[in-house]
Amino acid sequence: MPTLTVDGIEVTVEPGSTVLQACEEAGKDIPRFCYHERLSIAGNCRMCLVEMERSPKPIASCAMPAGDNMVIHTNTPLVKKAREGVMEFLLINHPLDCPICDQGGECDLQDQAMAFGVGSSRYEENKRAVTEKNMGPLIKTIMTRCIHCTRCIRFAEEVAGVDAIGAVNRGEHMEITTLEQAVNSELSGNVIDLCPVGALTSKPYAFTARSWELTKTESVDAMDAVGSNVRVDARGPEVMRILPRLHEDVNEEWISDKTRFAYDGLRRQRLDTPYLRRDGKLQPATWQEAFAAIAEKVKASDPQRIAALAGDMACAESMLALKDLFGRIGSPHMDCRQDGAALDPSCRASYLFNTTIAGIEDADALLLIGANPRWEAAIINARIRKRWLAGGIDIGLIGPQVDLTYRYEHLGAGPQTLSEIASGSHPFTAKLRAAERPMLILGMGALARPDGAAVLGAARSVAEATGMVGDGWNGFNVLHTAAARVAGMDLGFLPGEGGRDIAGIIGGASSGDIDMVYLLGVDEIDMDLLGDAFVVYQGSHGDAAAHRADVVLPGAAYTEKNATWVNTEGRVQLGRRSIFPPGDAREDWTIIRALSDVLDCTLPYDSLGALRKHMLEVAPHFARIDEPAAVEWGQFGGAGVMDQVPFNYLIEDFYLTNPIARASQVMAECSALFVGSGAEATGTHG
Amino acid sequence: MLRDQDRIFTNLYGIHPWNLEGARKRGVWNGTRDLIAKGPDWIVDQVKESGLRGRGGAGFPTGLKWSFMPKESDGRPSYLVVNADESEPGTCKDRDIMRHDPHRLLEGCLVAGFAMRTQATYIYIRGEFVNEARVLEAAIKEAYAAGLIGRDACGTGYDHDIYLHRGAGAYICGEETALLESLEGKKGQPRLKPPFPAAVGLYGCPSTVNNVETIAVAPEILRRGAPWFAGLGRENNAGTKVFCISGHVNAPCNVEEEMGIPLKELIEKHAGGVRGGWDNLLAIIPGGSSVPVLPKTICDTVLMDFDSLREVRSGLGTAAVIVMDKSTDIVEAICNLSHFYMHESCGQCTPCREGTGWMWRVLTRMVQGRADIEEIDTLLDVANQVEGHTICALGDAAAWPVQGLIRHFRPEIEQRILDYKQRAA
Repeated sequence: MPTLTVDGIEVTVEPGSTVLQACEEAGKDIPRFCYHERLSIAGNCRMCLVEMERSPKPIASCAMPAGDNMVIHTNTPLVKKAREGVMEFLLINHPLDCPICDQGGECDLQDQAMAFGVGSSRYEENKRAVTEKNMGPLIKTIMTRCIHCTRCIRFAEEVAGVDAIGAVNRGEHMEITTLEQAVNSELSGNVIDLCPVGALTSKPYAFTARSWELTKTESVDAMDAVGSNVRVDARGPEVMRILPRLHEDVNEEWISDKTRFAYDGLRRQRLDTPYLRRDGKLQPATWQEAFAAIAEKVKASDPQRIAALAGDMACAESMLALKDLFGRIGSPHMDCRQDGAALDPSCRASYLFNTTIAGIEDADALLLIGANPRWEAAIINARIRKRWLAGGIDIGLIGPQVDLTYRYEHLGAGPQTLSEIASGSHPFTAKLRAAERPMLILGMGALARPDGAAVLGAARSVAEATGMVGDGWNGFNVLHTAAARVAGMDLGFLPGEGGRDIAGIIGGASSGDIDMVYLLGVDEIDMDLLGDAFVVYQGSHGDAAAHRADVVLPGAAYTEKNATWVNTEGRVQLGRRSIFPPGDAREDWTIIRALSDVLDCTLPYDSLGALRKHMLEVAPHFARIDEPAAVEWGQFGGAGVMDQVPFNYLIEDFYLTNPIARASQVMAECSALFVGSGAEATGTHG
Repeated sequence: MLRDQDRIFTNLYGIHPWNLEGARKRGVWNGTRDLIAKGPDWIVDQVKESGLRGRGGAGFPTGLKWSFMPKESDGRPSYLVVNADESEPGTCKDRDIMRHDPHRLLEGCLVAGFAMRTQATYIYIRGEFVNEARVLEAAIKEAYAAGLIGRDACGTGYDHDIYLHRGAGAYICGEETALLESLEGKKGQPRLKPPFPAAVGLYGCPSTVNNVETIAVAPEILRRGAPWFAGLGRENNAGTKVFCISGHVNAPCNVEEEMGIPLKELIEKHAGGVRGGWDNLLAIIPGGSSVPVLPKTICDTVLMDFDSLREVRSGLGTAAVIVMDKSTDIVEAICNLSHFYMHESCGQCTPCREGTGWMWRVLTRMVQGRADIEEIDTLLDVANQVEGHTICALGDAAAWPVQGLIRHFRPEIEQRILDYKQRAA
C-alpha cells in the first residue's frame, strides 16, 4: 500500500488509488469536474491540478496513480494559480446565465468558481454559442453551457451501455452531441445529475422550481422491485422532481428514468374522493356512503364468497391491515401475486434475490431465465453490465433475444433448454459448474405461467446441481417486477386454509362463485374476467380497476405515505411521506382501519406505530431495516412437467408498467418514442 | 561541416533510385542479419552509447526509451509504432526520407523492432503524404518479396511484419498517444500518461512510438559503431541531424548536418544565406513552429542542438529552421501560428481548448494594434496558464510561440498599439 505525503500529512491508500483519492484521504478538498468515481478517468478538465515534488509541471491528481513516497502539495501558490487559470478558461466561453439556469444553486461550476476562481474576467472577445441537441423528451440541452467534461459520454458508454452520446469536432468547436435522436436508455436521466453544469437538465422539471425552495424527503422508489433510494423534492402539495440517493448496495447513485420522471403521473388521473356506482355510473360519494355500501355487501355475503387481491404498489402496512381484516371477516381468499407467478411462500429463499444486487459483482457465471432485467429492473441490469465489463463472466439467457447492453449467449427460448441445463446435457451447465460463484436470475416471465411451479422446481434443481447454493453464497435469484410483492409474500397475503389463489379468485368471480372482490391497488388484471362480482377498488389512480369498480376508495401514492417496502433482495426499507394525498384521499392502512370499524371487526391498531409493532410479530425480519438477511435454503417448487411454450417477458412497455406511469405524460412520450411506433405519427397526431 | 562519408541519408535529394536495388548500393540492408544476430540487448546498448536522442522534437534518449519495453512478454504482443505523421509547420525531413530512402526506414523498423522484441511495426503516415505512402508501400512489398521483413526476416528466424497506416491529416495525431488512438480507429485525442505506451500502448499492448528519422538512423549507427555517432556533434547532443531550412533564405533546403553547428553557419553554407544578407535577418524559429522565436542577436551565435537552444529558452524541436527577414510582420507571423494551434487543438482538455482561441483572438487584434498595452501581460499570462497544464504537449506548443514573441518583440507590439491609438484619436 503506497504511503505518500499530502501537505505534510502522511496517508496510506489502497493500491491503485489516485493522488486525488489520497488527497481526500488526507482531508484536502480537490476541485474537479470531469472526475467521477463511478466513471472511467478522463483527466480533461484539469481542475484537479496539484503540485508534486520532482515534477516540473503540476499533475492532474485524478489521473495520477498514487505512488510510494510521493510528496504532494495542494495549497501552494502554483496550485492556486493553476486552478484560477483553469477556472478562467472554463468561464470564458460559459454564458454565465445562472439566473435563468435550472442548475443554479446546485451547480459545480458555480460553487467552484466561488471557491477557486478569481471573481472577474479578462476575456473581452465574443463568447462561443453552441446549438442545442436533441436528447429526447427527458433531457434538456443548453450546450453553450457545456464545459466538455465528457461525463455524459462516459456514462452512456460505460454504465448505460448505449453508444448514444459522443463528441464531434475538435478544439473550441468540440461539441457533445447525439446522433440527432433521443438517448435510448432506461438510465438516460442520470446524465442530468452527472452534468456538473446546466448543459443537461431535466426537461420536465425545466423552469418549475429552484432547488433551495424545495422540501427534500428521503424515500424509496416503488416503480419496480429494486427499491432504489430516492430523494423526493416537493414544493407545497406537488412533487417537483425525484433524484437518486446514494446506496452502494442497491442503486449506487443511479435511478431509472421511470423512477425519475414518472412523478408527473402523481398529479393526473388522481382519485381524490370516494366514488360509488349509482345507476351504473361512478358518482362522488362521502367516505360514510362508500363504507356503508361495502358493509352492506359484506354483511350480506358468505365470507367464503368474498376475496381480496393486492397489487404491485401496495405497501406492507396496507396489505397487513387488509389481511387482518379479511381474517376477521373469515375469508381465506387472498393473494398478492397479481401476475399469477408461482411464488412459493413455504421457503423465503425461493422468492428472493438471494445473491443481493451488490453480490452480482462477485458472480462469475449468470443464467437468466425468462428475465429481461433491462426492463424489469434497469438498475440491476446496470450492475450486471458493470460486472460484465470487469470481464470473466459467462452470461446465458433463456427467453426471447433482447438487447441487454452486454453480450450474452442465447441458450434457448423456453423450458426445454431449462430442462437440458438441469439435466446437464446442455453445454452451459458445464460453465455453471466450472464457475466458482454461479448465479441464476429467474424472471416473472418464467414463473407467471400455468407451469410456473414446475419452472421454479427446475430452476431449483439447476441451482443445486451446479453448486449455486453453498457456504456464504446463494446464486438463486428471483427478479420481481413489483415493489409490493416480497412484502406481500413475507406477510402472508396469500390464500389461507382452503383459500383461492388469484386464478381461483378471478375464475370464481367469472363463474359467480365469488360475490365480492376487494382490489388493493390491483390494475394489471383483466377486469372483464371479474364477471358480476361487486368490486371495491382502493388505490391512487383512476386506472383500469377504478373504471370497473362499484366502490372506489381513494388511497395514497407511494410519495404520500410513510410506508414499508421490501425489495427483491428482501431488503426492508422505509418510504417517507413527502406530500399529502390529494383531496379526501387517505393513507391506505387508515382506510382499512376505518372500514374495519364499519364492518364491526375493528382492527387492534390505531397508529402506524401500533400497526408496525404488530407487523414485527407477523414477520420479525421487518425489524432489520436495510439488511437483506441470509435466508435458509429449503425445499420448494413443483416437480410437475413444464410445457413447451417459450418464455415471454412480462413487461411489454418499460415506461407504462403501473397506474402512476400510465398517468404520466412524460412516460407516454417516452413510450411512444422508444417502444411504440413513434415513427408512424404524422402531423395530425397530437 | 559534416564530411560526406559521415552522412547517413545519402539519397536525401532523390538523385538515386529509392528502390531496393538503389538502396542496397547505398549500403542499406547490408549485414542486417549480423546486426540482429548480436541480440536485442546489444542493439539497445549500442543505441544508448551512441547518444541518439529522439528526432521527433522532444529529444528523449532513444536507447533509454527502447529499454523500457518488457524483456519478457506477459502474453501480450508488443509493437513498434513509427510516427510518420510529420505535420509540424516548417518540417519536411521525414517526407524526404520516406520518398527517397524508404528502405533505410524499413531496415530501421526491423532492427529497432527486434531490439524491443516486438511482433510488428505500424507506420502511421500523414494523410497528405500520398506519394510518400505509395513509395513506402512499394518499398514494403519489395522488402517482403526479398525476404527482408515478414516471416524469417533476413534469414534470422525472427518474424516481423510492417504495416502502413494512413492518417487523415490531423496535426494532433502526431502526438504519440493520439496517434495510437487514431491507429486504433478512435478519435485522435491524446491519452493520459501514465500509463506510458511502453506499458499500455497500441491495442493495450506494450508499444514504443518513434520518429521516422530516429528509426532510420539506427541501422547505420549499429553498422558504423556507436562511438562514430557519439563522436559527431557535442556532448549529450551527438550525431547528425536533418535540418529543414525554409523561409527568407536564398535556397531553402533539407540538409544533413552535424549536431551543434552554428545556426548562422547552417544558413549561410547550405541555404544560400538570408535574403538580403545576414543583417537583413529579423528572427528565426529554430525548431519547427512550436518553439519560441529567436531574435537576430541570439541567432548570431547560437548552436543548433538540444541543449544550446534550451539555454536561450527555445528548442531544437524537429530542427525546422524558419527564417524571417526584416520584411516580416512578426506579430502576424506568430498570430498565424496561433491560429494553427487553435485549429489543431483536439478540444479534450480545458486550457488548450479555451486558451488557444483566446490567444489567437487577442493576437489578431494586436496585429492591427487594436488592444491595450496591459493586454500584452494578459496574453503572456494566458500563455503561461496553458503551458504545462494540459494532457499533451500541444498546449506547450501553442504557448511557446506567443511567449517567445512577447519575450523578444514586446516593443514592436507596444509600438503598434500606440500607433493604432494615435490613428484612432
